[in-house]
Amino acid sequence: MKVHKYDTVIVGAGGAGMRAAIEATKRSRTAVLTKLYPTRSHTGAAQGGMAAALANVEEDNWEWHTFDTVKGGDYLVDQDAAEILAKEAIDSVLDLEKMGLPFNRTPDGTIDQRRFGGHSRNHGEAPVRRSCYAADRTGHMILQTLYQNCVKEGVEFFNEFYVLDQLITEVDGVKRSSGVVAYELATGEIHVFQAKSVIYASGGTGKFFKVTSNAHTLTGDGQAAVYRRGLPLEDMEFFQFHPTGIWRMGILLTEGARGEGGILRNKDGERFMEKYAPVMKDLASRDVVSRSIYTEIREGRGCGPEGDHVYLDLTHLPPEQLDAKLPDITEFARTYLGIEPYTDPIPIQPTAHYAMGGIPTNVEGEVLIDNTTVVPGLYAAGEVACVSVHGANRLGTNSLLDINVFGRRAGIAAARYAHTTDYVELPEAPEAQVVAQIERLRTSTGNERVAELRSELQETMDANVMVFRTEQTIKTAVEKIGELRARYRNVAIQDKGKRFNTDLLEAVELGNLLDLAEVMAVSALARKESRGGHYREDYPHRDDINFMRHTMAYREVGDDGTESIRLDYKPVVQTRYQPMERKY
Amino acid sequence: MATPVLDKADAAPEPGFADSPYITVTFRVRRFNPEVSAEATWEDFQLDLDPKERVLDGLHKIKWEQDGTLTFRRSCAHGICGSDAMRINGKNRLACKTLIKDINPEKPITVEAIKGLTVLKDLVVDMDPFFQAYRDVMPFLITKDTNEPTRERLQTAEDRERFDDTTKCILCAACTSSCPVFWNDGQYFGPAAIVNAHRFIFDSRDEAGEQRLEILNDRDGVWRCRTTFNCTDACPRGIEVTKAIAEVKRALITRRF
Repeated sequence: MKVHKYDTVIVGAGGAGMRAAIEATKRSRTAVLTKLYPTRSHTGAAQGGMAAALANVEEDNWEWHTFDTVKGGDYLVDQDAAEILAKEAIDSVLDLEKMGLPFNRTPDGTIDQRRFGGHSRNHGEAPVRRSCYAADRTGHMILQTLYQNCVKEGVEFFNEFYVLDQLITEVDGVKRSSGVVAYELATGEIHVFQAKSVIYASGGTGKFFKVTSNAHTLTGDGQAAVYRRGLPLEDMEFFQFHPTGIWRMGILLTEGARGEGGILRNKDGERFMEKYAPVMKDLASRDVVSRSIYTEIREGRGCGPEGDHVYLDLTHLPPEQLDAKLPDITEFARTYLGIEPYTDPIPIQPTAHYAMGGIPTNVEGEVLIDNTTVVPGLYAAGEVACVSVHGANRLGTNSLLDINVFGRRAGIAAARYAHTTDYVELPEAPEAQVVAQIERLRTSTGNERVAELRSELQETMDANVMVFRTEQTIKTAVEKIGELRARYRNVAIQDKGKRFNTDLLEAVELGNLLDLAEVMAVSALARKESRGGHYREDYPHRDDINFMRHTMAYREVGDDGTESIRLDYKPVVQTRYQPMERKY
Repeated sequence: MATPVLDKADAAPEPGFADSPYITVTFRVRRFNPEVSAEATWEDFQLDLDPKERVLDGLHKIKWEQDGTLTFRRSCAHGICGSDAMRINGKNRLACKTLIKDINPEKPITVEAIKGLTVLKDLVVDMDPFFQAYRDVMPFLITKDTNEPTRERLQTAEDRERFDDTTKCILCAACTSSCPVFWNDGQYFGPAAIVNAHRFIFDSRDEAGEQRLEILNDRDGVWRCRTTFNCTDACPRGIEVTKAIAEVKRALITRRF
């Protein structure tokens, strides 16, 4: 075991982690621990853009953006945080441009902007052009630009280091972060990082679904690490299903395709979104569009022999526009479906895309241990966190924004905090839990296989807690997850080695997915209303009297070692906007 | 009722395309694990795959159903993250962007690590020299203005277009590890680093083009390129790599960019 000491340790090197690293490295001795090489992070898969009311191409302002974010989140958004997001969006985009990001340009040479779902002029009057973009690879350009600036700043990376445990030390009755424990993929060695500040920026957890736009590596490692140490997870029942994933593969096709004029059609060629969202049509918010697609499918208007998808139609757009604005997604259609988008519509279905919930933080990125108390020295930003700026449903282009605004804030706050404090003493045998976990998996002689359990988990999540949910389907999922968790104790791996043991890490990741899937299902079961991405057919309306509040899920361990989930609730911060019925 | 349709409990491994028959394919994989043996060996695996599945799906099927020790990098699985560049039937490609039907499944499909970088285990290579070459070309915007503008810097659409192609790079190393000069001489920067230098040299906002050109004027710089076009053929993003290198060479001669 090796012990390292840093002022600030950042877990994850996607957009949020690297944005934080640029700030933290300028101010404190910083290490970034990432289970991938930084440029492999899933920020790079984001396509459509980053929202900011620059007003480069038409009238716009941050107040309209705040309203759209609050409404898009079905009023579960903390409005103070949404206001910060929308206000700081403008400087965030300008900062990236100054760092070198090659945005598309207007004829005047300013940053070009395009339409995106749920973003409107003057509180819902009509779609507005607010998304700043670089073709359909905006996430790629953000990831590259941030990595380039990390190289420039000399950020210290530990590549292919998996953080498996969060260290907490109780000092005078206060639980404080003292560091993390990491597993080095290349050697199998355990490393303890003692740090004054720790920032989680490890991304989402979409791999518990089968049809998902998420990378294989998005397994909720950060959420699981803090949750197992008794910290809560907020609003985990809210997961976004992006309307346009490639049929059965789940690969993302950007909402920018509809922003450029693309249309969703059913088997009769009907532009069905006109029925569900008369004003915003195909650019209604994602939860609304995904439900509309499945309503069409259920009512027999789906496409194909099994009627199990609908079409994204780009055929009326000029090929030059597709080539200039949507080159990557049109190539995905050609590569993976053998379809020419100039002439043929693309079969799509909703795909599990984004976790609105996560590790609760305040607007400085400080992690909460209950509804109000922060854990000194512990921070989170990006998809792993829940500020909450996305509430019950995130607007497209607000995630690339979130990672920049709150990644930056967390980086600054964590480094500043590191200057005000000494190292917190590590707990006794800090590596013990990770060593035990690794050894148990490496030496297990059980008869369960990782791939089989993961596949069963994904099947049950897709069938039971996706776009439409009922008490019965969620209970089915809870029961199945319980069974899988029991079987997981007998999981065995084939690779017993130390060198690049990805077999072992996949087993660890499955354990994380199982824990988080259970939190999601249990949180969803208790929320007897429909709001944003959480739609209960048995409770089809929003219930502001009983459920205008955030879910806080805690892991409890009984005296006999039995685990359970305790749910609590946290009030929503409301400032300017009173809840209204949500129409697009 | 649950979410409709989606994949029922089909026994088929990846029931992505109901009409397509599954075929039996042989994957011939170059195995190497110094914990077990100092020698690399070829190992054959028989798989049932839909021809529309990816080589990556085949590798996962081996790892998940036959041999958990098979080791490779992957993440996004759709050609964006750059983790899974490998040599498939002797050509550098991304495993997640190569469909079985496009590489003649009648014969064994050979899969091995990319060349020119040290193999650490199976299909995993040491990427550090590759990223070091990238860092050496100063891959970040450098400007000398003392007063930063409050708004964005202006750039015409034409100026933005000038370096568009080289912004697509995902640093997968498919180009660099397909280059015969790089195989023979580990000192050569390699195509990917030059592509990333190009991305800044031809960006109208950047003011360090001269410095980057001097770095690439080095004996291990662009002049080592023998224009074999392997890199252009290998690029999974369709970047015209050889053209970008030629533009850097021309800029070195004319000092205009």
